[in-house]
Amino acid sequence: MKQNNKKTSRSGTLPVYIVLTLASILSLFPFYWMFVMATQPSAAYNSIPPTLLPGGMLIENFQKVLDTIPFFQAMWNTVLLCTTVTVAVLIISSLSGFAFAKFHFPGKNFLFICILLTMVIPPQLGLIPQYYLISQLGWLDTLLGAGVLFLLNPLGIFLMRQYISQSVPDELMEAAKLDGCSNFRIYRSIVLPIIKPAFATLGIIVFTLVWGEFLWQFTVLRDPSSYTLQVALASLNNAFRVDFGMLLSGVFWATVPLIVIFLIFNKWFISSITEGSIK
Amino acid sequence: MENTQTQQRVSSAKVSKMSEKKKDMISGYLYVAPFFIVFGIIGLYPAIFSIVLAFQKWNGLGEMDYVGFSNFAIVLQDPLFWKSLYNTVIIGLMGTAPQLIVGIILAYFLNMAVIRFTNFFRVTIFMPYITSMVAVALVFGVFFSTNESALANYVIGWFGIDPISWKTSEWGAKIAISLMVFWRWVGYNTIIYLAGLQSIPKDLYEAATIDGANKVQQFLHITIPLLKPFIILTVFMSTVGALQLFAEPTVFLGASAFNRDEAMTVVMYLYRDAFNLGSFGTASATAVLLLIIIIAAAALNTWLTSGVGNKKKRGVK
Repeated sequence: MKQNNKKTSRSGTLPVYIVLTLASILSLFPFYWMFVMATQPSAAYNSIPPTLLPGGMLIENFQKVLDTIPFFQAMWNTVLLCTTVTVAVLIISSLSGFAFAKFHFPGKNFLFICILLTMVIPPQLGLIPQYYLISQLGWLDTLLGAGVLFLLNPLGIFLMRQYISQSVPDELMEAAKLDGCSNFRIYRSIVLPIIKPAFATLGIIVFTLVWGEFLWQFTVLRDPSSYTLQVALASLNNAFRVDFGMLLSGVFWATVPLIVIFLIFNKWFISSITEGSIK
Repeated sequence: MENTQTQQRVSSAKVSKMSEKKKDMISGYLYVAPFFIVFGIIGLYPAIFSIVLAFQKWNGLGEMDYVGFSNFAIVLQDPLFWKSLYNTVIIGLMGTAPQLIVGIILAYFLNMAVIRFTNFFRVTIFMPYITSMVAVALVFGVFFSTNESALANYVIGWFGIDPISWKTSEWGAKIAISLMVFWRWVGYNTIIYLAGLQSIPKDLYEAATIDGANKVQQFLHITIPLLKPFIILTVFMSTVGALQLFAEPTVFLGASAFNRDEAMTVVMYLYRDAFNLGSFGTASATAVLLLIIIIAAAALNTWLTSGVGNKKKRGVK
């Protein structure tokens, strides 16, 4: 009886496999096609039927990208921006999360509700004053100006508070206090090692957020030497006649590093989504 | 003698306890301070400044002039504002509503115990999410190029449809942008629904099977109601995200992005006012209007989504 049941359910899975395979192909096709176009001359684009196999222009197209935009400068700017912002957010969020999880102080609940409310405010509301502020500080066209906005990450505090209150036992803190540990020492020697998994989750969220964000970077970074990858890529599309081979070569080489990181750490990436949104 | 000693001990313990409490208080304020300093400077101050600016005439350089509600009047009487709001809502609906339905189906399939290679499918379906919006817009921009030989035109040719000028036609631009939003986010929502499905206890389904409920009945009466918190979450996030659409249309349309109105969104309208036309006052008024629209739409959609589940639950009873 049981075996029979299994058999019927197995044969019934074929449509499910077809749907999932189709979804996978549709998800992957733009990546493959991006690679194909990055290796083809622009003229290949006009051929009918369309070209679906890679050609031999991989290097030439990328050379054209390098001639048009400061690609490696933009890559370096992006990596520097993402890394700095991520480290800063991890420190700010873990300190605040620690305080909200473990200390009692007047106004704590009020402040925490304030943080939750900031999650609802759309970032566009303050765009113009933020731009004005950054320009007054002389931070336009600098990574400082591009990065400072991302330090505001209420989700990070929320995550850290949750994680710390669940995983750092009060007894451990009491014991450390009896041994004469200061609060900062407890943060550094007890809390930080325990919350490493939460750092990985939040780190991935912040890194990919800053890597892909466009509106603010597009607003603040106008000088090509300060471009991040997203702004530089967008500028490739502004010419009157766009060379598609070059354009997608730029996109391809800008996307490859993130794909490699994703394929290595895919489990962390996927769990960061559920942890970041559900908790 | 002994008595006073114990008293002293007690009081000294009290003092150290008090100071411990005080220390914790100071640490608490100290540790939350960095966030609130940052928040004050680049969060709260700009938000308030924006609301003030909405009532001023200002080009960012000279003096501000108080003009009352006239910025709002200018924006609300501008047909382009309404067009951009209409575009945003249409693209939002076309880009996100199908996504949530497909996401639930894919998650349901990925959660079936008999299905193998689920990890492979999960990774590939999620992969579009890691590409940046700019990259997606550029790739789709070539796919949906205005060219007659664009790959998209070749594909619709199979179905006997004439080539479409994707970047310059009313529906062409909207469909192309909705599709790229759909492609990038469907895997993200699938992952959230999958987490939701995994939180539903298996024995509920076993009990339903014993009671003679088929798969469709189980899906409608167990899966959907228990998935409701996750559906509300994704509907909320999709609503807020869709109303803030900026990167995709801007990059997709390239040089002509701010000169055409087929795919101009509210944030693009705001951006154009502020940075291309130098009218910070009306742009701020638009920002305030957008805030109100986002709060209203998010509240409405969340309310609607919770209502749907409730009706179903009542139906079961």
